[in-house]
Amino acid sequence: MIGIAERGAFLRHRHRLSWAESVPWIAAVAAFFLFPSYETLGAQVLIMVLFALSLDLILGYAGIISLGHAAFFGIGAYTAGILSAQGWGEPISGLVLAAIVAGIAGFISGWAILRTTGLTLLMLTLCFAELLREIANEQEHYTGGDDGLRGIRMDPIFGVFEFDLFGETAYLYCLAVLFIMFVVARAIVHSPFGQSLTGIRENIRRMHAVGAPVHLKLVTIYAISAAMAGVAGALLAQTTEYVGLTVLSFIRSGDVLIVIILGGFGRLYGAFIGAPLYMVLQDQLAKQSPEYWLFGIGLVLVVVVMFAPRGVLGLLEDLGARFRRDSR
Amino acid sequence: MTALALETRALSKNFGALPVAQAIDFRLASGARHALIGPNGAGKTTFINLITGALKPSSGSVHLAGADVTALSQAARVKRGIARTFQINQLYRGLSVLENVCMAIAERTGAARAMFRPIGRRGEVIDEALAILELLSLGDDADRLIRELPYGRQRLVEIAIALGLKPRVLLLDEPAAGVPTAESHVLLDVIESLPAEIAMLIIEHDMDVVFRFAREITVLVAGEVLVVGTPSEIAANERVREVYLGKKTRHG
Repeated sequence: MIGIAERGAFLRHRHRLSWAESVPWIAAVAAFFLFPSYETLGAQVLIMVLFALSLDLILGYAGIISLGHAAFFGIGAYTAGILSAQGWGEPISGLVLAAIVAGIAGFISGWAILRTTGLTLLMLTLCFAELLREIANEQEHYTGGDDGLRGIRMDPIFGVFEFDLFGETAYLYCLAVLFIMFVVARAIVHSPFGQSLTGIRENIRRMHAVGAPVHLKLVTIYAISAAMAGVAGALLAQTTEYVGLTVLSFIRSGDVLIVIILGGFGRLYGAFIGAPLYMVLQDQLAKQSPEYWLFGIGLVLVVVVMFAPRGVLGLLEDLGARFRRDSR
Repeated sequence: MTALALETRALSKNFGALPVAQAIDFRLASGARHALIGPNGAGKTTFINLITGALKPSSGSVHLAGADVTALSQAARVKRGIARTFQINQLYRGLSVLENVCMAIAERTGAARAMFRPIGRRGEVIDEALAILELLSLGDDADRLIRELPYGRQRLVEIAIALGLKPRVLLLDEPAAGVPTAESHVLLDVIESLPAEIAMLIIEHDMDVVFRFAREITVLVAGEVLVVGTPSEIAANERVREVYLGKKTRHG
């Protein structure tokens, strides 16, 4: 029998910070000092974490499956890239503009395609990204087309911190932006709005029956997710000072989906496990076998989906729960 | 004359060539206890879906408290005080009982639009949900997940969610469906104890339940209203016996 005062404790306490949430941040800061020669790769991992986090908002919470999330990553990358190539090198304003442009694109495309579900929606997300890639390919004058966009020169952050050759500034810049985006994402998923997204994922019919504006909610989170993906793309453009057509590619959309499935979706932190795991795996497998590394990725994915459908994070949670039971 | 909570005028719906609702004129007074009966496939659930706006009618109109809501969305009708339960549970199975009810309350109060301040810190929403659970003796199950709950108690959560919307009109689609007879009395006790001012329409196959609950009964056959009357009138009606009650007794 539960005491009346404790009823609802689960819901009342769920949003509270737990000590475990500090682990990825400590690890990210520690990595900066421990692996100084890997900071360029580290920045790329952080960008992937942010990109996967944006996908988690729509996939893990609202249940929207996308095979074209690179569309918004690419829009952000080209927005920040073109802005800088045209002579505006201030990074923060570049990020903000990238978020706005990607967010608007997410809102408009979401409004059009989120009335569909399942396979139709999946194909439409894919088509939208491919369409953008073709446009970027054609508009060579602005995007550099197949050769990629060159001539990006970034000013120092806040006019003080210059981007260095070793990627130190880039790493810390990405980490700071990721942290801010994470705080926003965390607030959203625990808010009543975020809770109602979970409701849409769990039972859309019931959601209509309680009077929720389902389509508007879906479009809203899609736009927020798009803006966040746009920031990730912009970070890539700014820290590598290059934008190629691959930012919009189907492969990138697939990569981020694999990352979030590996890590575990619907819990925000899946991105933090999935991204480094995937990128290290990719790096190591490619070293072992430059031809067949994709086979290895495929194998790992099959094993995870079959034996750990909630991803590595889900596996860790189950182990943690068992450990706590045993030690009681 | 009592005010009408709900009215349909010549409400019709065709699925292709198949008419599933034929010019249904229906009136539900404030505080009514009305039962909708009819053989399987008579169009009872379709009628509910037309009232809530889950389906668009082919012709005719739906009025809530005197206002034409035919053009309004499902969500807008809920805001005007219409709530329903489903014949087959439509719950958030992976969420707790409390979260299920909070979902309805947050939508009703507009809290669900907010992207800041966690739901867990919104005492007003949680306390209201707990009060509803208490009313339906679900309080001890507040933190349990729906999928861990016995079916009979899940049926109660269906009603709890509807109550979270503070409805003026409550549509109950076979509330005791799938619940063993031994447990179904709990559900019926709950339904009978609901506030008198809520106008209720119940779809039910169990005639004991219908005659215990309803003060007025509508018999629907093949999408058409066969007859409307008090329980004793319906029980005495020859045509009803023929198409519905008679058949039922013959087959057991």
